[in-house]
Amino acid sequence: MIYWYLFLAFFIPGILGYGGGPASIPLVEKEVVDRYEWMTTQEFGEVLALGNALPGPIATKMAGYIGYAEGGIGGAIVALFASVAPSLILMVILMVTLLKYKDSPKVKNITKLVRPVIAVLLGAMTLQFFMTSIESSGTIQTIVLIIVSYWLLEIRKVHPAFVILMALVYGAVSGIV
Amino acid sequence: MEKEQVKSSKLKTNKDLFLAFFRVGLLGFGGGPAAIPLFHREAVVNYKWMTEDEFGDTLALGNTMPGPIATKMAGYIGYRVNGVIGCLVALMATVVPTVGLMIILLGILQKYKNLEWVNSMSAAVVPVVGVMLAIMTWDFFQKSGKSLGMGRAILFTTLAVILLEFLNIHPAIVIFGILIVSLTSFKKGGDSK
Repeated sequence: MIYWYLFLAFFIPGILGYGGGPASIPLVEKEVVDRYEWMTTQEFGEVLALGNALPGPIATKMAGYIGYAEGGIGGAIVALFASVAPSLILMVILMVTLLKYKDSPKVKNITKLVRPVIAVLLGAMTLQFFMTSIESSGTIQTIVLIIVSYWLLEIRKVHPAFVILMALVYGAVSGIV
Repeated sequence: MEKEQVKSSKLKTNKDLFLAFFRVGLLGFGGGPAAIPLFHREAVVNYKWMTEDEFGDTLALGNTMPGPIATKMAGYIGYRVNGVIGCLVALMATVVPTVGLMIILLGILQKYKNLEWVNSMSAAVVPVVGVMLAIMTWDFFQKSGKSLGMGRAILFTTLAVILLEFLNIHPAIVIFGILIVSLTSFKKGGDSK
């Protein structure tokens, strides 16, 4: 029975979470804390904080961990499947349909007209990241990190992996000092 | 002989898919959206699995649909490159390492969760992701200028800002709107090329 509840608890946020993984976090909390009472708000907050400190998509980290805590490996698999499969299947079906007609001028127009929307969405996300950074690291440190990472990424063409690793090391060192 | 070659190239494709999404999963600090510039880097720049345009379409449609964005992107790109197997390989590479890490580390880190350096490590990555997103934003805007003409690009971008940021209309609705308008109108003149 726990598997069925785990499936429901993650299927619903997956289907309703518009706006990427982070958008589904409050929905997951509703299921996990309010409905099924697997965790207290405090415990959920701790799992979320740690999930945010680790790399990788947040929705699947939450699903995998909570599934594991409640139902072992089987629980982790069920929770992951419920949060990943429905939206992915929808995506594949729609994209394949769209690609079939990709040479039609109408479909080409979609690409052209959607571009400004994507630019705005990305721009909004950019601002959000900068604001978060100012809140947690302070204005001066944020500006310095922005300039240095821009210089490394765009002018020196350093691979993003290295820039991220450098930021991690810098963060760890500045946290210890 | 030829069969062998096909088989080994499939194997190589799966290995590439796994490595690409493994890197994205392990470096994407800040949740799924933080991984988008990294997906772009692997799928368009490194492996050339899709063009800029196709990536833009995938991202747009991915944002229109519910659910985690990272797994939608990984699963779809994997499917495009190597069918259902590719889809599964890409998903495994994105999800399994980070979930495994989470389960293992949660036990250990529960003890040290208040440590300053753990927190400041993840804080330092945030502006770097911001810069990557800013660069992508600029790219999309410039491309838009090329395909629509600068005047119309600025007009549509302004419109999008008003709809999305000021009127707070959900992106899914805006994107669906464009889809419907594009498919039903533009009988003539829409195809500029």
